[in-house]
Amino acid sequence: MIGATGITVPALNYVAVMPEIALIAGALWIMLATAMSPRRIGSGASLFWTVAAGCVSLGFSVWQWEGVTPHGAYASFDGAVVVDGLSAFVAMTVSLTVIVAALIEEGWMRRRGQSAPEMHMLTLLSAAGAILMGAGNDLVVIFLALEIMSIGFYVLAAYDRRRLASGEAALKYLILGGFSSAVFLFGIALTYGATGSMNLAEIAKYLASNVLLHDGLLLGGMVLMLVGLAFKVAAVPFHFWAPDVYQGSPTPAAGYMAAVAKIAGFAAIIRIFVSTLQPYRADWQPAVWVVAVATLLVGGVVALVQTDIKRMLAYSSINHAGFVLLGVAAATTAGLSASLYYVLVYSFMVMGSFAVVSLVGGPADTAHSLEDYRGLYRRSPWLAWALALMLISQAGVPLTTGFIGKLEVISAAAAAHLVWLAVVAMMSAAVAAFFYLRVVMLMFSPSYGPPAGAAGAVDSGSMVAGGEGVPEPGSVAEGGEGVPGPVGVSSGGGVATASLHGEEGIVGGGGDASGYDAVAGEPAGERIPVPLSTAVALALCSGFTVFFGLFPGFLTAMVHVVTTAIPIH
Amino acid sequence: MTHAAWVMPALPLAGFVVLFFVGRRLGDPLAGWVGTAAITGSFVAALVTMAGLLSHPAGPAREINQSIYTWISAGGLHVKASLLIDPLSLTMALFVTGVSAVIHLYSIGYMKKDRDYSKFFVYMNLFVFFMLLLVLGGNLIVTFVGWEGVGLCSYFLISFWFERPSAASAGKKAFIYNRIGDAGFLLAMFIIFEKTGTLSYTGIFSRTGALSGSAGVAAILLLFLAATGKSAQIPLFPWLADAMEGPTPVSALIHAATMVTAGVYLMVRMHPVLALSHDAQLVVASIGVATAFVGGTIACTLHDIKKVVAFSTISQLGYMVLAVGVGAYEAAIFLMVAHAFYKGLLFLGSGSVIHGRHDEQDLMKMGGLAKFMPITTITFVVGWLAIAGVPPLSGFWAKGAVLDSTFVRYPVLWVVGIVTALFTAYYMTRLFVLAFTGNPRFHAAIDTRSGGAHATVEALSGSGSGAGAGEADHGEGRLSGTAAGDISGYDIDVGVAHGGSGGGAPVHESPPVMTIPLVILAVLAFAGGVLDLPWGGPDRWNALSWLGPVFGHYLYNPHLSMAGQWLLGIVDAGVGLAGIAIAWNLWSRAWKRPELEPAFLASYWHFNDIYDTLIGRPGARLASFAYSVVELHWIDGVVNGVGSLMKRTGSGVRRVQTGYVRQYAVGMALGILALLVWVLVRA
Repeated sequence: MIGATGITVPALNYVAVMPEIALIAGALWIMLATAMSPRRIGSGASLFWTVAAGCVSLGFSVWQWEGVTPHGAYASFDGAVVVDGLSAFVAMTVSLTVIVAALIEEGWMRRRGQSAPEMHMLTLLSAAGAILMGAGNDLVVIFLALEIMSIGFYVLAAYDRRRLASGEAALKYLILGGFSSAVFLFGIALTYGATGSMNLAEIAKYLASNVLLHDGLLLGGMVLMLVGLAFKVAAVPFHFWAPDVYQGSPTPAAGYMAAVAKIAGFAAIIRIFVSTLQPYRADWQPAVWVVAVATLLVGGVVALVQTDIKRMLAYSSINHAGFVLLGVAAATTAGLSASLYYVLVYSFMVMGSFAVVSLVGGPADTAHSLEDYRGLYRRSPWLAWALALMLISQAGVPLTTGFIGKLEVISAAAAAHLVWLAVVAMMSAAVAAFFYLRVVMLMFSPSYGPPAGAAGAVDSGSMVAGGEGVPEPGSVAEGGEGVPGPVGVSSGGGVATASLHGEEGIVGGGGDASGYDAVAGEPAGERIPVPLSTAVALALCSGFTVFFGLFPGFLTAMVHVVTTAIPIH
Repeated sequence: MTHAAWVMPALPLAGFVVLFFVGRRLGDPLAGWVGTAAITGSFVAALVTMAGLLSHPAGPAREINQSIYTWISAGGLHVKASLLIDPLSLTMALFVTGVSAVIHLYSIGYMKKDRDYSKFFVYMNLFVFFMLLLVLGGNLIVTFVGWEGVGLCSYFLISFWFERPSAASAGKKAFIYNRIGDAGFLLAMFIIFEKTGTLSYTGIFSRTGALSGSAGVAAILLLFLAATGKSAQIPLFPWLADAMEGPTPVSALIHAATMVTAGVYLMVRMHPVLALSHDAQLVVASIGVATAFVGGTIACTLHDIKKVVAFSTISQLGYMVLAVGVGAYEAAIFLMVAHAFYKGLLFLGSGSVIHGRHDEQDLMKMGGLAKFMPITTITFVVGWLAIAGVPPLSGFWAKGAVLDSTFVRYPVLWVVGIVTALFTAYYMTRLFVLAFTGNPRFHAAIDTRSGGAHATVEALSGSGSGAGAGEADHGEGRLSGTAAGDISGYDIDVGVAHGGSGGGAPVHESPPVMTIPLVILAVLAFAGGVLDLPWGGPDRWNALSWLGPVFGHYLYNPHLSMAGQWLLGIVDAGVGLAGIAIAWNLWSRAWKRPELEPAFLASYWHFNDIYDTLIGRPGARLASFAYSVVELHWIDGVVNGVGSLMKRTGSGVRRVQTGYVRQYAVGMALGILALLVWVLVRA
């Protein structure tokens, strides 16, 4: 802290940031090991260290939780970092996410015959940022944490460097992310101007004891900070990056980013808006309503017309962000509990979904057309079941976590007299059910293509145009790849797949004509190999989704503990 | 020992999970044994729980509400997975698991060589799980989950041989009839929650005051609508006859012993609400006795052995519903348990006959089976006499208990009931005579079998495989047989070859795994009466008297003198014996008596036709109108309008997604501007 008498070093309580330290240490260790060992360390080793770091971080965060829940929160680093229920919740959730993401990344790399130390490292570093974001009690720390997290994401998005779309995604993410960071920073500056502090506790104290005569500065700051965080959680109209980035990024990274950015972003929103800017609730709440409604509607409706599963999942994640915002908009204990619950269970649903997508996409990570999912059940029944579970949970079908999440959010909104918002959310859930179930239906429908499949496949030139409708910039790059996709997919894929895989489509289509057997309906395609680590990740996600859908009590009690500690007037 | 009650439903669930994942690998017959073991374990758990319950003194202490966990807690609605363990639910659980275990054992033999052998046990275990949820549920929601679950399993199992179009459509029919009832269940739940603010049984019963008046009547009648669907009462009974398309163990377990009694159980469970309205009780009793009569008369005329037994089930369920309406809840449960024994026995016996006759269900093509199938015959005799009401078999006591109370409370309904008892004895004797006595009538059928049987086979599988190989998907499963008669493995029993021109016995006794269950059920059907003998006054000890405290003062007491009881018992027995004598005289002389099989009865009192005319055809016309006019012009307009609006909006918004970063940035900037203006202007 810079004072008149010079620099005084505040008390540093490293216990407060042990989860972050564990993750960063893991990342550094992997980096060192990779650099120092004569050969690149095996991917198994880097997976081991990543999971180990995640587990240690999880252990520390559970320990923090155990300390905080009976004894209350404490701040450290001169009040810049706080350890409370929310921070421990974020740390636990992110640590779990890291473990699952590492397993999925490993499987993805394994199928490509590569090893993934850098990917794991970036995962760990960005996770450390995310956890810090949940613990930040000072706007500067939150900004710093947001940047640590985001920079990791940018590089993760670009990780698949041989694929143009990956670089394109990273560049878009970087530029727009920079833009949003600038906006966020400007918001911090305005808030500092209005309140004279960047420490959230100080700001809260100031606002509690003073009435601002001219609050324009603070209102402006509030809006800009909201925008900066809304960008991270992909809320409309700051969502433009999400579909392009999710589509272009390596698939496991997309799932991980979707999960972690939301956890950290919503934690920061709750901390800044609900607990600190409580006196100005009447001013920021309407802004959140508007953003929530727009997010629910755009996410739901635009997902309907997607033909690429990663884009569809991107819009679905926008839609989910709308639901979480709904709970925040309610700004009641029940609403916040519902939001936190939603974010937590969503992390597992989205990572499980992307885990399946990362396998179906093939080693080249390009077979992401919805048509690639036709007849998946015949080829890989377990993958189809897993994805179906993830999707019906996202659609909010009872006995899954997704149902409980939607139910709690909507009932909290209704209880907070946001009936119209609740109605919009329910309608949006109905719309969303359509595009989730469409994929489920495709997976379980027989795997024969359109009748003209064989004949059309010969004329593969015309099908490139006919396949996807208007190819978006992101997918053009994919189409041009010419990476040999799995032949088996083509037989199921029909038109769209053929357009993606060029010549492979002809082979597959030709096989179709003879291989298609209406009576037996046997799979004409190959079974998709499932690496062990991905299988473990899928089992974790599925188990979580079903178990906590059946027994939600534990999680709801946990988030309730978090939110009752947040002062809400 | 009662705190482990959750083990009862948990074991079938575990069996389901294991069989679902590795059933195919376990294969035939291991999967069947695993399924049977799970159910047997559940039965043992039920016995242990009962021992625990008996260690409590009779009365309220024997009512244990076990909350497993709270699933949802939102506002005033707390959805708890809770179990209500009391003598009533435990009696149900005991006989459900017991009969299920026996029938699972039987299925190991019956389903042998079926292509989907393990899948059968997957469904069966899932069924038992849901049935136990239904029975043990501590609130209407858990019961409803079980209610829907058993309906779903029933659908799966009726259409188990779904390649057969009749099986597929029978499954659908059952499902749709039940949906009508389920709507009633849901509406009733809404009313009850609205009025009492709770859905747990104990909560509802402590607040029945809130349900007095029309709301309570509406709720109980809507629940009764649900019961008529599940328990195949007028007007929703026709599905049960079609449900016989399922494998016979399914008919025995689901469509005779357990699931179809769920409606009766629901009414018994909700007896404090039912007791609020005498009119509602009269409605229930009248529907019950009418169903008993209609079902009994139809059963007198049919040729298909399983359908006769199915209508007999409908008729017996009618008696149970009658008992509920009268207020003789204990008698209803007594009849339910006894019926589970003897009807399960009759179904399994029929299954054994069908099995032994190589999937022939037509009574006209049987006769003289007693010679070939001694064990089946002896056990069948027990079932037949039990249902006919011959003392001292279980049916006599159980039916007598129902009719005694009816006699005092609704004498008119008693007359109908006693006439139905005559019919009951008549149709079951007719069935027995036609199937087991006289001269075999199947030589003619055998002659044509090598050619004719395959014609049926082709018709069934619908593949028209022509000469030689046909896929038979009936009875014991899908077997590939050739016309030459090499059907190795078709017969489970010692090498009695069937079909073809190769000769051999046309009939065979079933293997021990099937006959042992028959013997067990026969013993129970014979001696089941000891569960509730009418002697001994109010403090009598017998197995079912422990139900009494559950109902307390709601239980209807006919106050019959000992002489009256004797008199009524003699009447019951006399009617039963008269029915047997009449039928024996008529049918042992001639097996073809079309004059005794009026078309009106054989066509189910035209119920199907009436539904077809009143609902089906207008429905179809309405549907075609709805399709051609409403759907194509109005709805399509709106839906396509909304859909294309959505799509156009989607595409429109999607067009915003140009892929150009500069445009995204502008979009964000506009968003920031709009938000700023919105917040600042509002402030």
